[in-house]
Amino acid sequence: MSRKLICIECPQGCSLEVALEGNKVVSVTGNTCPRGDKYARSEIENPVRTFTSSVLAEELDIKMLPVRTSGPIPKAGLLPAMREVKKILVSAPVETGAVLAENFMGTGVNLVACRPANKPPME
Amino acid sequence: MYHNYELMPTIERYDAIIVGAGVTGAAIARELSKYKLRVLLLEKEAEPAFGVSKSNSGIIHAGTQNHPDSLKGRLCVAGNKLIREISAELGVHFVEVGQLIVVFDEADVAELDRIKREGEELGIKDMQIVRRDWLSLYEPNLGSEIVAALYVPSAGIISPYRLVYDLTENAVKNGVVLKTSHRVAGIRRLSGGPYRFEVEAAGSKYQTRFLINAAGLFADKVSAMVGVTDFKITPRKGEEYLLDKKREHIANHLVFPLPTPTSKGILIIKTSDGNPMIGPTARDTGDRSDLATTEEGLNEVLAGARRMMPSIERGDIIAYFAGLRPAAGKDFIIRHETAVPGFVNVAGIQSPGLTAAPAIATMVVGILHGNGLVLTPKKNFHSTREKTTHLFEIPLSKTRELIQKDPSYGDIVCRCEMVSAKEIREAIRRGARTMDGIKFRTRAQAGRCHGGFCTTRIMKIMQEELGMTVEEITKRGEGSELVREERRHG
Amino acid sequence: MDERELVVVGGGPAGMAAALAAGAAGVKDILLLERDQHLGGILNQCIHPGFGLHRFKEELTGPEYADRFVKQVTKTPSIEVSLRSFVVKLTSNMKISYLRPGALEEVQAKSVILATGCRERTREMIPIPGTRPSGIYPAGLAQKMINMEGWIPGKEAVIVGSGDIGLIMARRMALEGMKVKAVIEIQKQSRGLARNVAQCLDDYGIPLYLSHKIARIEGADRVEKVVVAAVDDAFCEKPGTRFELSCDTVLISVGLIPENELLEMAGAQVDRKTNTPVAAEVNRTSIRGMFACGNACKVYDLVDSVTRDSEKAGQMAAQFLKEGK
Repeated sequence: MSRKLICIECPQGCSLEVALEGNKVVSVTGNTCPRGDKYARSEIENPVRTFTSSVLAEELDIKMLPVRTSGPIPKAGLLPAMREVKKILVSAPVETGAVLAENFMGTGVNLVACRPANKPPME
Repeated sequence: MYHNYELMPTIERYDAIIVGAGVTGAAIARELSKYKLRVLLLEKEAEPAFGVSKSNSGIIHAGTQNHPDSLKGRLCVAGNKLIREISAELGVHFVEVGQLIVVFDEADVAELDRIKREGEELGIKDMQIVRRDWLSLYEPNLGSEIVAALYVPSAGIISPYRLVYDLTENAVKNGVVLKTSHRVAGIRRLSGGPYRFEVEAAGSKYQTRFLINAAGLFADKVSAMVGVTDFKITPRKGEEYLLDKKREHIANHLVFPLPTPTSKGILIIKTSDGNPMIGPTARDTGDRSDLATTEEGLNEVLAGARRMMPSIERGDIIAYFAGLRPAAGKDFIIRHETAVPGFVNVAGIQSPGLTAAPAIATMVVGILHGNGLVLTPKKNFHSTREKTTHLFEIPLSKTRELIQKDPSYGDIVCRCEMVSAKEIREAIRRGARTMDGIKFRTRAQAGRCHGGFCTTRIMKIMQEELGMTVEEITKRGEGSELVREERRHG
Repeated sequence: MDERELVVVGGGPAGMAAALAAGAAGVKDILLLERDQHLGGILNQCIHPGFGLHRFKEELTGPEYADRFVKQVTKTPSIEVSLRSFVVKLTSNMKISYLRPGALEEVQAKSVILATGCRERTREMIPIPGTRPSGIYPAGLAQKMINMEGWIPGKEAVIVGSGDIGLIMARRMALEGMKVKAVIEIQKQSRGLARNVAQCLDDYGIPLYLSHKIARIEGADRVEKVVVAAVDDAFCEKPGTRFELSCDTVLISVGLIPENELLEMAGAQVDRKTNTPVAAEVNRTSIRGMFACGNACKVYDLVDSVTRDSEKAGQMAAQFLKEGK
């Protein structure tokens, strides 16, 4: 058994061939760096993605604050994560990296701000 | 039954109701607003000019190529004179650029002579046949195969929608009532009183002594509502393609080929916004809503334009659209219907309808007067209107003065066409209610990026000025919303 | 009139990198003009990850990548930033006029770097026959609406063109609860990166139709459907292959065009087909002392490369100011 994957770790997008025994990865070929091997194993056994979205801001100099998970979360958790971020409202200034939700949805990673948001300038 | 008198709906009553706020209806409304009359202007679309007028090419014709005995010919020549007066009063930008009718074959010069003679019969002045040396000097980008042209200096250009907006705005300032999103659903003839018609639109009823049908593509339908069915509107589609403003100076005149029996042909049109336009095609279509552009149309227009100016390229095209001409036979239909006293049809107003509009308005007011409408001039008629400011029309030194008066002239919203936040707000204050309305008035979103940069900002300004939710903002009226849902808290 | 050694037009990744590099190379008096109210340019709406792998050896989102430069620019004393500043005029001898709320400013620069980015090719440039209803958006505009304003355009979308922005927007709309019916690509292969086809389309079960085109857009007020057809090697429609997809939203992602209208205004040579400056070397223009960098110079795939080349532009401007070449 084998499966073909496109590595998503960098813009190169290597074509990977993964040899499988049942659900276990036996070998990975086609990768040009160790990250491809790691990606293929993870993608078969426990696929994960970094989640990014934006949350509503209130009385700040931007209307939506871009956010991300500080590390990857299970792929199946992406849509539930979207539902979760829609509940968040940021109304005080934040710095890049500020934690908006600790251990976001029990994933072990945090939801963090991707840029600063400040009080709007006076007109 | 209304037991409580207070709850009984009052029916608004007018001396004249005009159906359709295109250029014809707007010009009639403005002409009637000079007199002590109660006038209602009904428009089915969200804003004036959203029907036939919005796709008009903006040419103010001299009047050539119309039969000397036709209404078209007579009203076009008269309109060409009147439009200068009106544009000066309303502050609409009119430029007399002149027109060239070009021929590729020496044998066709005789045809130019005939057009010239007929034109002179109509009273068109200063026409001359010009030769290759003249053309090379004054219209250098013309193809080398062109041997001669008829030069018609009195033809010009205007912004068709801004003319309609400014006519409407001035009419409203002088007391005309404008109701948009009011499609006429039915007309009932009344007997016995001075009010002869009851018009139903948008769930309300309006009574009037005189009813003027300027309903464009739907003029035959409106006419049929009072039982006059002896004409039919056959929409004739025209596709037009706009070129990048960088090509503004590709032509110095309006360039026409020799006309065929059915059409004026594919033209190269200077526009008052700067972008040259090429087109239009001319195809009869049975569908009054068929505004689709086609691959064949594009190819026909490009070939036609490139025949006259080979340096025009497909890559120069930044926008395109199709319009429908409301054709009803060969000539305009402008008449009081004796079988339906008080009802005036103004139908089949296709080219040169924009040019003729002010003359049509004068004629219609004459018809109304002849049929019993008393015209008492208003002493306080406001003939002028404060000119709309467009940064793209004025030098930077003037922009500097404006910014000193109002800082928001320095807040640029549309980068391709240089439109400031002040101009957008001003357009809304003068009546814009849709994204297209803002585009037609200000040119924001009309440039080469097609609103990629400015759309969201304009939508925010609309929200601020009109107190609308973003879901209520439309491109051109109900059904054309831009956003399904805004993220909100809670 | 205000006088400056160097004026950089555009505060996106290219302009910030150029200004910083010029500052590092000793230029003392730099004015950075940005038309928006924040620095960062297009990166502000690119909230997805995928930036910075070369530059920072880690995967950042667009706003995070931008923020690293914004912080440096802000603490560099030789760079003055002017926001909401829109250049309306540039002459060949480097006189710049710009508008900002409340003022028309004029600056005489010794050197100018144009980092004006690019705009999207539009529906009109392909062109697609049919009606002109609402619901048709350039992909980048849809990205701005969704990511920066929280405005969801519709319920069901079809994307024309498989450029990276289109692919990334397919995923974003799917995450936002829209049904993305298809991505239609006239070429035989995707124009976007393979990784984006994998993580933006395959992850969400969105079909990619290669060698297909939109034959028509239909709908009176709002888009109602698109007619799709297969094409042959010459991109001509294959008869009998038409099918319809109902949708209320169409995104156009068919490439980018460098914005060089200012450069053109100054009288520099600009290639009419690609809209890029005509010059012997990257970052240079046909006017001495006037440079163009980032997507204004050529359309880049990666912001990391924009940063690298724009830094060179900053150094070139510094060298020009020092040595006059």
